[in-house]
Amino acid sequence: MPDSLVVGLTIAIGGIGPAIAIGLIVSRAMDAIGRNPEATPKIQTNMILGVAFAEAIAIYALVIALVLHFT
Amino acid sequence: MANLHISISAEPIFHLGNLAITNSMFVSWLVTIGLSAFAIYASRKISPTKKPHGLQAFLESIIESLFGLVSSVTGDRRAKEIFPYIATFFIFILLGNWVGLLPGVGSIGFDHLENGQAVFVPLLRGATADINITLGLAIVSVALIQYVGLKNLGLRYLVKFVDFSSPIRFFIGILELIAEFAKIISFAFRLFGNIFAGEVLLAVMAFLVPLLAPLPFIGLEVFVGFIQALVFAMLTLVFMNLAAVAHSEEHAT
Repeated sequence: MPDSLVVGLTIAIGGIGPAIAIGLIVSRAMDAIGRNPEATPKIQTNMILGVAFAEAIAIYALVIALVLHFT
Repeated sequence: MANLHISISAEPIFHLGNLAITNSMFVSWLVTIGLSAFAIYASRKISPTKKPHGLQAFLESIIESLFGLVSSVTGDRRAKEIFPYIATFFIFILLGNWVGLLPGVGSIGFDHLENGQAVFVPLLRGATADINITLGLAIVSVALIQYVGLKNLGLRYLVKFVDFSSPIRFFIGILELIAEFAKIISFAFRLFGNIFAGEVLLAVMAFLVPLLAPLPFIGLEVFVGFIQALVFAMLTLVFMNLAAVAHSEEHAT
């Protein structure tokens, strides 16, 4: 089992990119909703899809961290 | 962390000859049998009527919203061809995700002796919380994408991968080929990672604060299960649509 520092760093570093990405996606979506509130449902679905894709990267890091920790 | 039970792979619960049947496999069979039985039962109950109610209204609303989703991406012409694949993926993955949240799944089990130590083996485990199931789904999905492409474009579809008209196009073809295999990996790991991470989150939460604290996280996992099923189905849908449209046609429309 590797150092728990390594496991922690894996998810910590792996979380940076998706965090920035989700921030950008949601901030743009909020901009769009502010400008055009009638389009909220459409923007919201696409936003959630985009967030799910960005989040997947963090999940990859999490899986690696879990594999490192539990095997 | 004495009694916190987390296993990254599904555990075998019994053996059929040489084939180990894992708990995730068992649950995915249960989901398949349940869905098939429900589909057979429902198809006997429904009839063409102007005012559907009860079961029929419920089913029609599901089918209509899924069909609307498919036709909003592909247009009406191709929607009927692609819709059955997408709906099957969506419904199966949705139930596979949610079945892992039911009480008893992951907590009811038996002790199995391994190297003289008793190891807890749960009898049931969420169907999509196993990499083999999600990898299987991903392979089926990517194979179907190729099938839809070949069916719609014939051999012209393969020009995307093997193109000798210029060195750059040949190189792009190789990249396209790699991209198809990358799709399998990303489909499989996205679904597995999300669902497995959810199960770990719930296990850790229940371990830290057993009372009430896991409740909002179960709500979150219901949402994540739905979103991941939607993402899998949507991505398959978009890739199928891309595969079915010829490169030249793409610019014309």
